[in-house]
Amino acid sequence: MSSSNSANVGIVIVSHSPKIAEGAADMVRQMVGSAVPLAWTGGDVDGGLGTNVAGILEAIETAWSPAGVAVLVDLGGAETNSEMAVEMLAEDRRARVVVCNAPVVEGAVIAATESSGGSSLAAVKRSAEEFYA
Amino acid sequence: MTLDRANREKLVRALAGTVIEHADELTSLDRAIGDGDHGLNMKRGFEAVLATLPDIADKSLPEMLKAIGMTLVMKVGGASGPLVGTFFMELGKALPEQPARADLVAATDRAINAVKARGRSEPGQKTLLDVLVPVQTVLANGGDARAIAAEAARAADRTAPMLAIRGRASFLGERSIGHMDPGSRSASLLIGAAVTTLEFEANT
Repeated sequence: MSSSNSANVGIVIVSHSPKIAEGAADMVRQMVGSAVPLAWTGGDVDGGLGTNVAGILEAIETAWSPAGVAVLVDLGGAETNSEMAVEMLAEDRRARVVVCNAPVVEGAVIAATESSGGSSLAAVKRSAEEFYA
Repeated sequence: MTLDRANREKLVRALAGTVIEHADELTSLDRAIGDGDHGLNMKRGFEAVLATLPDIADKSLPEMLKAIGMTLVMKVGGASGPLVGTFFMELGKALPEQPARADLVAATDRAINAVKARGRSEPGQKTLLDVLVPVQTVLANGGDARAIAAEAARAADRTAPMLAIRGRASFLGERSIGHMDPGSRSASLLIGAAVTTLEFEANT
């Protein structure tokens, strides 16, 4: 759940599997080093496959950047729980967190690469989502 | 319908009890067309709700419902957490401390709309909305506890021939047809437990 100090857009990786989330985060680090605030979370509160809102909130906090945070998710529950987490943020932060409609591994790497160049949150989201287009 | 502290505790125990009792059934339904964790997830959530007794029943009905919703959101671990949790939280935001039927009709309408928004879904897509929406109609039309519970069970059954459009089951495409939606089943169990506990009378 590492992070780094940076003004660049933060990246949060949310997977049902903690191994996938951590592995995707490793791939992101390999690409961008510590230029981008990064955090991952995976698994339900008992450590089984799933996602949990508290873990996602913590990851958003860890990867927080004034430029905002892009959240990459795998399957449905990860998305629903991430959207729930975003709504539970303080109002001034809510508008600066986006859940991207992109594949979790590819999306995270592309988003982080975009962010490492100093791009805006909107540009980071767009790059991740273009992978699907 | 009067909801004193004893009734609120009874309601919490009934909701949690039915989910915990049917956890294996929910999991086996979910194994057929989902990821097989619905029973376990819902059980985890409602065990966490039970653990908040007796304090939670000291709260007013609206505050209690909000607290139940928040516990489910935080503990369930699948998409059902935010969906079912949002339903409870919105009911809590909308209901007065001693609701009449009209209050319940209005509050369930609001809660259903919140679930639709949360899941970006509509009835007919093989989700809990396929139970919530028809049951709300029976409630609005003055049905008693028996009529509401019966419609909940029938509505869950009616999800079997549906094609899943949302959630993990949608990955199966036409293979989702022929299996009851687990989220609809758990919704019908919760509704059945709630109306039976509250001894819902016609037109009250």
